[in-house]
Amino acid sequence: MSKSPTAKADNLVLYDAKAGARPSRRRVPFHPTLITTASVIIAVLLWEYFGRNVDPLFSSYPTAIAGKLWAMTVDGSLFKASMQSLRPLAAGFALSVVLGIPAGLLLGRFRWVEAAFGIYITAGYAMPLIALIPLFVLWFGLGFAVKVAIVTLLSFFPICINTWIGVKAVPKTLIEVGKSFVASPLAIMVNIVLPASVPYVMAGIRLAVGKAIIAMIVAEFFTAISGLGGIILTASNNFETAEMLAPIIVIMVFAVVITALLEKLERWVAPWHVETSGQRES
Amino acid sequence: MAQVSVVDVQKNFTLSLSSGDKEIRALRGASFEVAQGEIVAITGASGCGKTTMLRIIMGLDDPTGGDVYVSGKAVTGCGYDRGMVFQHAELLPWRSALDNIEFGLQMKGMSRTERRVHAEKYLNLVGLDHARDRKPHQLSGGMKQRVGIARALAIEPDVLLMDEPFSALDAQTREMLQAELLEIHAMTGKTIIIVTHDLDEAILLADRVVVMETGSVKEILNIALPRPRGPLAEMRAETEFSHNRIRLWELLHADEAKSAGGAH
Repeated sequence: MSKSPTAKADNLVLYDAKAGARPSRRRVPFHPTLITTASVIIAVLLWEYFGRNVDPLFSSYPTAIAGKLWAMTVDGSLFKASMQSLRPLAAGFALSVVLGIPAGLLLGRFRWVEAAFGIYITAGYAMPLIALIPLFVLWFGLGFAVKVAIVTLLSFFPICINTWIGVKAVPKTLIEVGKSFVASPLAIMVNIVLPASVPYVMAGIRLAVGKAIIAMIVAEFFTAISGLGGIILTASNNFETAEMLAPIIVIMVFAVVITALLEKLERWVAPWHVETSGQRES
Repeated sequence: MAQVSVVDVQKNFTLSLSSGDKEIRALRGASFEVAQGEIVAITGASGCGKTTMLRIIMGLDDPTGGDVYVSGKAVTGCGYDRGMVFQHAELLPWRSALDNIEFGLQMKGMSRTERRVHAEKYLNLVGLDHARDRKPHQLSGGMKQRVGIARALAIEPDVLLMDEPFSALDAQTREMLQAELLEIHAMTGKTIIIVTHDLDEAILLADRVVVMETGSVKEILNIALPRPRGPLAEMRAETEFSHNRIRLWELLHADEAKSAGGAH
């Protein structure tokens, strides 16, 4: 086959790309990271200024919290509490991913599974699951297991529901591509449905991170003896506001870092989605 | 024996409307045959059942009545004896051009190394060596459909089925791909059934044009243009082309007058 037609098509594409990149008029450069950083610095400074004028019983301020964080880091209590919280968080979260994705795939792919079990997932997601914690304490005690169970329960639903929606959103024609090449239902699931729903699954996982962290802290409030939630509860009972806020800051940083890592992961597992859906860097 | 035989195929759909279910008779007993190595175009007004016909031949839909035979065997579902080219290519967006061509071979159970070699051959056939690692969103419309054609050809089917494959392309790219399809046909001798609403395309590509009207075959035109076809521009200057173009136009316009108050 002659090469000229394709080469010609290529040139057209290149020409378009260049034309699109050529700036038609001068624009002020936009730096989102710079704006975010400036915003955070201003917020912290304002907090510091107004926080110092308030009774330390009712509030605190950044330098006091930083001082507490440093002290708790030096005596090792922060690290110990973080590990006590993070291990069940990681275990419970991993469990919810392992259970939630296959459950969502089955719900989305098989209409009878959806008809039989969809109602429980919808109900479970809308239910205030936190209210079940006292019951979970009866079942699992006050240790590692109960935290894992609660984290799993709360983060399972967003992952499952998003996977379910994602599978339903896979274009019918892509499934037909699978069928026309005589792919088995399992092969269609693995090679078409799962990769096509990755963006939805990732969105579900990101929602679930927030749920999982809330689940972890609330579980520690109920079980009260360990972890970052334990420190928060003890400190607030003693009216040590700065000490109470210190682990909250740590949790916040955790959440931001995990979310950022997941965004990176999404770019890695579904780069085609990032590039076709209009999300772009800077 | 004919490569493909369509025998009295009927298809009814149930359309759910707010005013109740409505039974649509998409195909009302259509029959035709396609010989080995022949290119047959199926054309007709929107809603005449041409795409439904192709889907039934592919095995994506079951007929309500009648039978389709490919190489003498009754069609009961999809099979590797038929390769489908979809209207909008329908490539898997997470796979590169080469990996997309490999898809059917992978489903067929071919080993990783073997299918790579095989897929590269077909990538080369459609002239996309330089784009082997590009993802679909990095390909132009014409390149995507070339990959779609290569993917269908790679499984080495007896019959290539094409559902309005060039309808979404701009006029120049369309003409380029039509010429390439004719080249591929000349090289491989594949039996091709192509659904199109483009009358020029039907005449330029096909040996015979099946004209459908409200679910049945109205007429089958023989196109006596030489094979292999020369440059498409020269074909358009042939009296055989203009003669058939007018005949086809008349057949379809009779349809429109009758079905104006119909389903569409």
